[in-house]
Amino acid sequence: MNRRKFLTLLGSAGVASTLAQAAAPTEANAGHVFPYYPDSYGVLHDTTRCVGCRRCEEACNKVNDLPKPDKPFSDLSVCNTKRRTSATNWTVVNKYEMNGKPVYRKLQCFHCQDPACASACFAKCFQKQPDGSVTYDGTQCVGCRYCMIACPFYAPGFEYNLAWDPLVKKCTFCKPRLDRNELPGCVEACPMEALTFGRRTDLIKVAHARINENPGKYLDYVYGEHDAGGTAWMVLAPANKNGAPIPPDNPILAGPEFKQLGLDTHLGNQPMGELTYGALGAVPMIVAFWPVLFGGAYAMTKRREAMQQEVLDKTVREARDDVAFAVDAAVRKIQETEGEGAADRCRQAMAEALKARETAAKHGEDA
Amino acid sequence: MENHSIVIPTREKMFNMGPLLKPTLGNIITWIILAVGLVITIIRFTQGIGSVANLDDNQPWGMWIGFDLLCGVCLAAGGYFTTVACYVMGMKHFHSAARPAVLTAFLGYLFVVVALLYDLGHPLRLPYMFFFPGATSVLFEVGLCVATYLTVLFVEFSVAPCEWLASRFPIVLKWRTFVNKINILLTIFGVTLSTLHQSSLGSLYLICPGKLHPLWYSPFIPMFFFVSSMAAGASMVILEGFFAHKGVHQYMDATHLRESDNVILSFAKAASFILMAYFMLKFIDMLVQNNMQYLMTGYGAWWLLEMFGFVLLPALLYAKGSRDGNVKLCQYASMNAVAGIVFNRFNICMVAFNYQLPSAERYFPSIWEIMISVFVVTMIVTAYRFIVYHMPILYEHPNFKEAHH
Repeated sequence: MNRRKFLTLLGSAGVASTLAQAAAPTEANAGHVFPYYPDSYGVLHDTTRCVGCRRCEEACNKVNDLPKPDKPFSDLSVCNTKRRTSATNWTVVNKYEMNGKPVYRKLQCFHCQDPACASACFAKCFQKQPDGSVTYDGTQCVGCRYCMIACPFYAPGFEYNLAWDPLVKKCTFCKPRLDRNELPGCVEACPMEALTFGRRTDLIKVAHARINENPGKYLDYVYGEHDAGGTAWMVLAPANKNGAPIPPDNPILAGPEFKQLGLDTHLGNQPMGELTYGALGAVPMIVAFWPVLFGGAYAMTKRREAMQQEVLDKTVREARDDVAFAVDAAVRKIQETEGEGAADRCRQAMAEALKARETAAKHGEDA
Repeated sequence: MENHSIVIPTREKMFNMGPLLKPTLGNIITWIILAVGLVITIIRFTQGIGSVANLDDNQPWGMWIGFDLLCGVCLAAGGYFTTVACYVMGMKHFHSAARPAVLTAFLGYLFVVVALLYDLGHPLRLPYMFFFPGATSVLFEVGLCVATYLTVLFVEFSVAPCEWLASRFPIVLKWRTFVNKINILLTIFGVTLSTLHQSSLGSLYLICPGKLHPLWYSPFIPMFFFVSSMAAGASMVILEGFFAHKGVHQYMDATHLRESDNVILSFAKAASFILMAYFMLKFIDMLVQNNMQYLMTGYGAWWLLEMFGFVLLPALLYAKGSRDGNVKLCQYASMNAVAGIVFNRFNICMVAFNYQLPSAERYFPSIWEIMISVFVVTMIVTAYRFIVYHMPILYEHPNFKEAHH
């Protein structure tokens, strides 16, 4: 085999590309570096500015033509009970107690950079768009709700009470409005500028600038900058005025603070879907190796059976030869001493006895 | 004769519906459950999932996925476990156990798919996964493997209906000969697919580390699911044998009866080893992931109950039973082991899922959800009985004796 042929074989086996990746890690990893879409949009939610007026909820309800709730949006007492997003409420504002002080936080889809729902969907309903929104196409949804299991933010809701076309519903980042160069309904409605719309890369700079320019005001952690692989919607939280300041970007130490806001900082920096890639990567290995393993076991079993049969056949053959030899010797002796007639009778008797024995043995096996 | 009083359908009398239609207590209960199930089915498909289930946005997967899918698939593992032991590893003395195991596996998987239709918002769109394959999804792999394996099981099982129908439609014998020729390929294909989707059912939960309690969440959860499925397969063969002896004893031929004790004791021994290994795997995983801190909590106590009461205990009972040749003890151990599998899958799907949510937002299945699961199990049992009454499952058809012993 010459060198060129060898390389061709490697190439067809996909080995060459693996080697090339190992040689040039930066280039090979380019496909997995975040964000996929550097110009995508995001929203920064500054909870220190949020007053829980529910204007964003009202705007969301209006621009998306969602059913009107029982209690009007002017009733602010609903913020006190912990709510979550649902099929008919794509965003909700909850009041949390953070180190003894009330803090309001808006909940909606975080529009992850590499969304868990999209990774989990087995019918490819979810897609991360270049503008930053995570969209859902219900026309091919099977309704398995694995996206809701996968979502670390409990964002998607399901229309459990519809019999004919129940779908998953969640915040769309007002994708139709973005396409018309309009702001998302909630951002436009916010009277406190608690929601800042912009390119995600800019928002991260804005967030860190706010933290640095107002010492002691914010926790030094931009929720969503790295969490779950990064999200388009990010959250700033107020610092604990009584506690010691937290070192920057430390998910472990910021954890207890954000937990009071109902946010989990222990999701890790990887996209949630990556947690399944190891298991999925083992699939081709098993498909390739299991037939070899079990085929080999089968071959060994067959071979062992054949060998046992061979030994058995040989033993039987030898035994038969032994008996034949003994019978022959005995008959010859009788012929010498008793004459031809006695020898014939003896031969016949012995043959009959052997035959009877064989039949008996065969019956014993059958029963 | 061997086939003492077995009713073997003939060309003139193809059906043997008597035992299913006789108004015995068991049959009456069956009819009631089937009738109630039918009513709930109509409500479910005309009024929506919310009309019968307690599922909500926090708990999108409940009883139907936890029991019908996770337990159903795991407990149907007897199919691959027995066929590999019998055909691949050459343990010919398990031959009489292979066909019942393949039948229960086939029915198990078939009704997993049936039950899944209740849980899906768009049941008719189930084939969409082949048209819009989301290859990054574990669920896609599960769906693909289950669909393929169900086909494999159908082909493996199809020799029995062929033997039943041969007297009326001799053409099916061609198919039977073909299947018998590729039997070993089917077995190896089956174990490959089973390894994949049994483990992938665990992999489904890899994506939500924040929701599943750390004592149950592990990067090795696919392995736990696969290893426990082997124990479940062995245990279910023993348990099904126990129920079959109670219900359809007269359909077993001399070979089946002669081999059954040996099957129980051998499978008990295997299950004992596998459960021991599973116990060690889980325990070491708990130590490696530094989860000792949780053992003193309520969830920790629950986990210890699972590990000692439903993994180690059946392992020891199996060991003692198989060592002493005590069939009764092995049968009891199989109940314990099967209960343990259900316990584990319920914990992962429901008890330890959303552990951080306040109890008011937690899920408990509605009576109707449970009734649907009972309905599905009843349908499996009824289908099993119909097949055993008509096809050579527990006996060898006199026209199709094979020279394997």
